[in-house]
Amino acid sequence: MKAVITVTGRDSVGIISHVSALCTAHNANIVEITQSVLSEYFAMIMVVEINALDIPFADFADLLAATGRERALDIRAMHEDIFNTMHHI
Amino acid sequence: MLNTADILETIGMIREENLDIRTVTMGISLLDCVSEDVNRLCDKVYDKITRTAEHLVSTGCAIEKEYGVPIVNKRVSVTPISQIGGAISPEGYLKLAHTLQRAAKTLGINFIGGFSALVHKGMTAGERNLISVLPEALAETQTVCASVNVATTKAGINMDAIRLMGSTIKRAAYLTRDNQSIGCAKLVVFANVPEDNPFMAGAFHGVGEPDAVINVGVSGPGVVAAAIRRAGDCDLSELADVIKKTAFKITRVGQLVASEAARRLNTPFGIVDLSLAPTPAIGDSVAHILEEMGLESCGACGTTAALAMLNDAVKKGGVMASSHVGGLSGAFIPVSEDAGMIAAVERGALTIEKLEAMTAVCSVGLDMIAVPGDTPEEVICGLIADEISIGVANTKTTAVRVIPAYGKKAGESVSFGGLLGTAPIMELKPYSPAKFVSRGGRIPAPIHSLKN
Repeated sequence: MKAVITVTGRDSVGIISHVSALCTAHNANIVEITQSVLSEYFAMIMVVEINALDIPFADFADLLAATGRERALDIRAMHEDIFNTMHHI
Repeated sequence: MLNTADILETIGMIREENLDIRTVTMGISLLDCVSEDVNRLCDKVYDKITRTAEHLVSTGCAIEKEYGVPIVNKRVSVTPISQIGGAISPEGYLKLAHTLQRAAKTLGINFIGGFSALVHKGMTAGERNLISVLPEALAETQTVCASVNVATTKAGINMDAIRLMGSTIKRAAYLTRDNQSIGCAKLVVFANVPEDNPFMAGAFHGVGEPDAVINVGVSGPGVVAAAIRRAGDCDLSELADVIKKTAFKITRVGQLVASEAARRLNTPFGIVDLSLAPTPAIGDSVAHILEEMGLESCGACGTTAALAMLNDAVKKGGVMASSHVGGLSGAFIPVSEDAGMIAAVERGALTIEKLEAMTAVCSVGLDMIAVPGDTPEEVICGLIADEISIGVANTKTTAVRVIPAYGKKAGESVSFGGLLGTAPIMELKPYSPAKFVSRGGRIPAPIHSLKN
């Protein structure tokens, strides 16, 4: 099972580091990252394996969202199924 | 394969365009709770509802977090109460209403539907008793929703029931006069009521349904409006395609949530209701979709045509996205719950007559319409009869949720807060249908109901 973590907001030092630290702490394996910075606006999409998470996925998503709020970023972790269902027949 | 553009599109829909699942509604059969003793009946009803839906809210919250899509409401609908109450006294029915309220509070749901009676062909003593305490039930409870089906295409229109509903609505408005007559916002009068509708206030669990079932209502007027805006100056065929594709995506999310909720709650999946359900929030309006399609204001000439096209395209897109479609399935046009509708009424562009025409081509009917508090009972009956006949003649569901706001006059407004929104008081024609209405009896079923 995979989840998609998206991070958007104003660019600042250490965004990827904060998110990856949380992934490591809870055993989410990062399989893909794309990121871009467009006129100080930061957007990152990270695909992570969540089979071996050490906490429930909903709690993991809450932690990421809370980290985002602390840094004025919008961080969302969503199960890959919502994207697959919506965009693939 | 996940694609960056798809991911960003989904996130944009949720974050900027108000995509959400409007409701996950668990239908629960209460047929096995029947008892001659009112107290025993109430105990069994309370136990069955709280046991069956024990994990509904927590499951809904977990799904919403995992998929990142808001599930705005978690609700319960039950077997029409008149069908389990039988001939218990009016006081017994009132006690049942309080039992439903108590169960809803225990579960943490915001509405429970099914304080209902199906009287399209006639009325049993129990149904009469239930209707006799409807105003008290709506005034004394906060989360109990009621509905009465007064007509079907097969049975015709029960004008005696409509007469009774006219006085019931007026009394509900009076009893909740200190709270903007909110009682009427929880009461729907139907024709051809669906038995698997997840949306309030008209939801109940039909007798042909299983013991329990999960029905889901999707939403997303903001997503459709944004897609139309992005499509630019295309012709109507292309526009229909844009709406279909968007409705497909919205409905797929509904199907995912519905099947996941059904699996986790170990309850059969019933249907996805393909409705565009507005909220008073900015950017979540069906009227604004119509305006995005090219109308200066909702209510302008062309509104019915635009709405018919929108409604059809939503169904065509949605039907392929879900394994079972049901409920009301169509665009809702509740005046108080839609910022664009409110604005259209306030600028004088949208009248009750135009709304009535619109209901011939979309879901439900004259919904959340506030009228002057001194509107005579028979005028309300005439309004209901008109709307109900549109449903009967067109073999579709129509409904009336009208609020004769006590002490208010045309030009004023009533505000209910939350999803119920704010309703400007709309003018009604002063001419009386009293003689027609007071004839009573039944309007016979239309000839095209004889299909066998």
